[in-house]
Amino acid sequence: MSTPAIVLKNITKTFGQIVANKNINLSVDRGEIVALLGENGSGKTTLMNMIAGIYFPDEGQIFIDGSEVVIKSPKGAFRYGIGMIHQHFKLVDLFSAAENVALGLKEKGKFDIKEVAERVRQISGRYGFDIDPNKKIYEMSVSEKQTVEIIKVLYRGANILILDEPTAVLTPQETQKLFAVLRNMKKDGKSIIIITHKLHEVLSISDNVVVLRKGEYVGTVKTAETDEAQLTEMMVGKKIALNIERSEPEESADRLFVRGIDLTNHDGVKVLDDITFTARSGEILGIAGIAGSGQKELLEAIAGLQKLDGGEIVYVNPASGQEEDLRNKTPIQIRELGVRLSFVPEDRLGMGLVGNMDIIDNMMLRSYKKGRSVFVERKGPRELADKVISDLEVVTPGPTTPVRRLSGGNVQKVLVGREIAAAPTVLMAAYPVRGLDINSSYAIYNLLNEQKRKGVAVIFVGEDLDVLIELCDRILVLCAGRVTGILNGRDADKSEIGLLMTRQSGGND
Amino acid sequence: MSAPKKIHEPPFHIVKRPAIAPWKALLIRAIAIAAALAVSSLVLFVLTKKSPFEAMRLVYEASFGVFNKNSDRGFFAQVFTGRRFWAMLQDLCMLLVIALAVTPAFKMKYWNLGAQGQVLFGGLCSVAVMFYLSSGYWETHKALVLLLMIAAAVAGGIVWAVIPALFKARWNTNESLFTLMMNYIAIQLVSCMINVWVPTGSSVMGVVNQNTQIGWLPNMTFPEAWGMSPSAKNYFFNIVIVLVLTAVMFVYLRYSKHGYELSVVGESVNTANYIGINVKKVIIRTLVFSGLLCGVAGFLLVSGTDHSITTGLDRGYGFTAIIVAWLAKFNPLTMILTSFLIIFLDRGASDIAMNMGFNESVGDIITGIIIFFIIGCEFFINYRIVKTHREG
Repeated sequence: MSTPAIVLKNITKTFGQIVANKNINLSVDRGEIVALLGENGSGKTTLMNMIAGIYFPDEGQIFIDGSEVVIKSPKGAFRYGIGMIHQHFKLVDLFSAAENVALGLKEKGKFDIKEVAERVRQISGRYGFDIDPNKKIYEMSVSEKQTVEIIKVLYRGANILILDEPTAVLTPQETQKLFAVLRNMKKDGKSIIIITHKLHEVLSISDNVVVLRKGEYVGTVKTAETDEAQLTEMMVGKKIALNIERSEPEESADRLFVRGIDLTNHDGVKVLDDITFTARSGEILGIAGIAGSGQKELLEAIAGLQKLDGGEIVYVNPASGQEEDLRNKTPIQIRELGVRLSFVPEDRLGMGLVGNMDIIDNMMLRSYKKGRSVFVERKGPRELADKVISDLEVVTPGPTTPVRRLSGGNVQKVLVGREIAAAPTVLMAAYPVRGLDINSSYAIYNLLNEQKRKGVAVIFVGEDLDVLIELCDRILVLCAGRVTGILNGRDADKSEIGLLMTRQSGGND
Repeated sequence: MSAPKKIHEPPFHIVKRPAIAPWKALLIRAIAIAAALAVSSLVLFVLTKKSPFEAMRLVYEASFGVFNKNSDRGFFAQVFTGRRFWAMLQDLCMLLVIALAVTPAFKMKYWNLGAQGQVLFGGLCSVAVMFYLSSGYWETHKALVLLLMIAAAVAGGIVWAVIPALFKARWNTNESLFTLMMNYIAIQLVSCMINVWVPTGSSVMGVVNQNTQIGWLPNMTFPEAWGMSPSAKNYFFNIVIVLVLTAVMFVYLRYSKHGYELSVVGESVNTANYIGINVKKVIIRTLVFSGLLCGVAGFLLVSGTDHSITTGLDRGYGFTAIIVAWLAKFNPLTMILTSFLIIFLDRGASDIAMNMGFNESVGDIITGIIIFFIIGCEFFINYRIVKTHREG
C-alpha cells in the first residue's frame, strides 16, 4: 500500500469554550477524492483551515507523504503542496485572471505576464477548465472566479487541493463542469478534499467520505459502499424523518400584497425584478432559492430597509381591513402605522441583535422608545428576557450575559423570542435555523407553527428543501431576483423546486 | 516541490480565553502595574543612579506633598492642607472633564480626535466675552458675564464638534482626519486673536481682568475656613462642577434613551437601522453633547484656572483624555481612577525631571512605559498562552 498524501491524526482545536475539532482523523491518497461531510457548524472548515495553515491545531499531528510536518502559515502550507480554495474568493477585482494568479509569487527573473497567461492556458487545457486569462475578475461570473482560484492553487504546484463548499454558489450545470475538472485532476494524481453538505454530490464525486458531527470524528466510509441514508445517519447521529408538523391554515386571509417590486443594488445589479406575491394570515409562505437570489433584499424591502425602484407593498390591517402602503417607509413609520411586522434577519448578531449587549438590553431594542421619559425602562425588558429564557429554554448563565457569549441556537431563540413577543401579524424569518442543531431547529419550527396557528402571516426563507416542503403551506421560488414559481407545499416535489431555483440562470446565460 | 527540512513546532501558541474570573483580571492588572514600576525604576536608576525608592517618593510627593513626621497634624490633615494635593485634583478634574466629553462619541465608535480644538475654541469664545465685557456696566454684573462666558464657550465647543459630525452624517467623511484638522484651525485662531488683543506683539495674553476679576469663577472662602489649603478655594468650583458632570454622564450613558441609542449605533449601524434608529440624528446629537462638554472644559480652564488663553490651554489633555476613556472602558466612574493614574504619573515624572535636571521628556518616557504595560496587559486578560504539547 502506498503512503497517503496527507494524514491527520487526532487533531484537536478549541476556541474559548467551544471545541471546534476533537480528535479528528483523516487520510487522503494520491489520486483520491475525499468528501468531508457534516452539518453547518460541525467543524469542517476549521479542520481544513488547519491544513491550510490558517489555524494552528492545539493537539495532534499532520503527516505529508509519510513524514510529520508543522504547518505554521498559508505560505508553509504551499511549501508542502497544499492549496485551499475558500468559500469567499480572495481575488483582486480590477486585475485579470493571469494577474491574480501571478500575484504574490516571487519567481526569479523578469516578470512576464504573457508567460503566466500561457501557463494558465496550459493548466486550463490539461484539466478542462474554460477560462480567458486576460479577462478581468469583475467581468467574471461566480463560477469563473472559482476557476481562477483553483488555477491559482494549481499554478503554485499544489498536489493536495481543499475545496470549501465549492458548489454552494454554483448552478447544477456549473457543478457538473467542476466535477469533470476534479475527475481530471484525480487522474493526474492530485489529492482532493471537498467540503460539502449535499449528499448527492458526495455520492457522485468522492471515493471516500469522512463524516464530522459537532466537531467530532464520526468515521470514514467508502463511497461505493454507502448510500444517502447511511450518510445522513452518520451526519445527524440518528436516522430522522423530518416529521415537522403542519396544520391546515384556518381562516386564512390576505395580509400582505407585494406587487411588482424592483430593486437595484449599489453595483447596479437588479436584485429584485418584478416580484409579486401575497402573504396570507395563518399560513407559512416559504421562500426557496440559491443563496443570494434576492431573499435578503426582499425581506429588507418589506421591513423598510431598502429603497425600491418600483412596485408596491400593501399591508391589510386585520382589525380594520384598511390598506396601508409600506413602500419606502422607514421601520419607524411602518410601526407608527400600526403594522405589527416582526423580522428575524439572516445576520443575527450583526443586525437582529447587539452581540456585546446582554439579553435584557437586546429585548429592549424593540421597546425602549415607549413612554415619554428620557430614561429607559428596564423592568419590562427584564421580565421579557426571563420569560423568553424559560419559555424557549435558552441556555445562559442569566439575563445579563452578553448574547455573543451564547451558542448559535440560543442566540436565535433570543432573537425569535423578542420578535414574536411583539405579537406580530406578519413574521418574516430569514434562515432561522442556519447553524442550529436538530433540537434547536425543531424548537424554531414549532415557534413558527405556533405563530401560524395564531393567525400570523409567516414568511420563512429557508435553504433546506426538505424542511421547506414539510413546513410550508406554499413555497415561492426565487431565482436571480425573479419569482420562478409558487408551489403548494403539500404536493411540491424537491426536483421541481430545484429546477425552478436554477431555471433563470440556465435559461438566460 | 520538495518538503523543507524539519521545522520546529512553535513551543507556545495563543488561545482566546472564555470569560475570565474578575479576581484573575485584577491580578493580571496588578502584576502589570508592578512590572511597569519595576521597569521604570530601572530606567530611572540607569539615568540618575538614584535608588528607585527615592524616585517613587518623589512621584508620590508630587501629588500628595511632603509628609512631615514631626508635625503634630495627622497624615490626612497634612495632605488636605497641602497645595500639591489640590493642584493635583484640579489637573485630574480638567483631564476628567475632557475624557467625559470624548466618551459618548467614542462609545458610538465616532473617532473624535478634535477635543483639543473643541476645548480651545470654547475657551477662545469664553475669553472673548471676558475681554470685551471688562468695564462699566459689567463691573456690577459679574454673574451675568459668567453666564455669557459659559454660553459662548458651550456654543463654541458645539460648533467645533458638530461641523465634522454634519459632514460625517451627510457625506460619510472620515471624522478622525476632519477633527484633527479642526484642531489646527483652532490653534491658529487662538494665535490670531491673541495678536489682535495684544497689540504689543508679544503674542502672550496676560491675565485678563486682573484687578476687577470679571469673568473669574469666584473664590470660595469656606474651604480655607475648614482648614484646607489656600489653593483649595481657587479650584473648588472646578472640582465640584466636574464631579457633578461625571455623575450626569454616568447616568446619561447607562440609563437614558439617548445613551442606549448611541451604544446601539456604536455596536452596529445595521442593527440601528433595523430597529429604526435615525443614525444621522444620533451622530449629530451625540456630538452636540460632546462639544458642549468640551466647551465647558474650555470655560473652566479660562474662568476657573488660567484667566487667560494660550494655544496650550488644553494642556495636551485633548489626546490624553482618549487614553483615560479607553482605559476606563468608557465608564465615567472608572475614569476618575484612570485620570488619577495618568495625572499622578504625569506630575511625578515632571517633578523627577525637574529635581534631577532632566527635561520633560523623561516624564513622558516614564508615563509611556507605564501606559504600555497597562494597555498591554489587556492582551493577557483576553488571551492565554498555552504550551504546545504533543502526543504519540
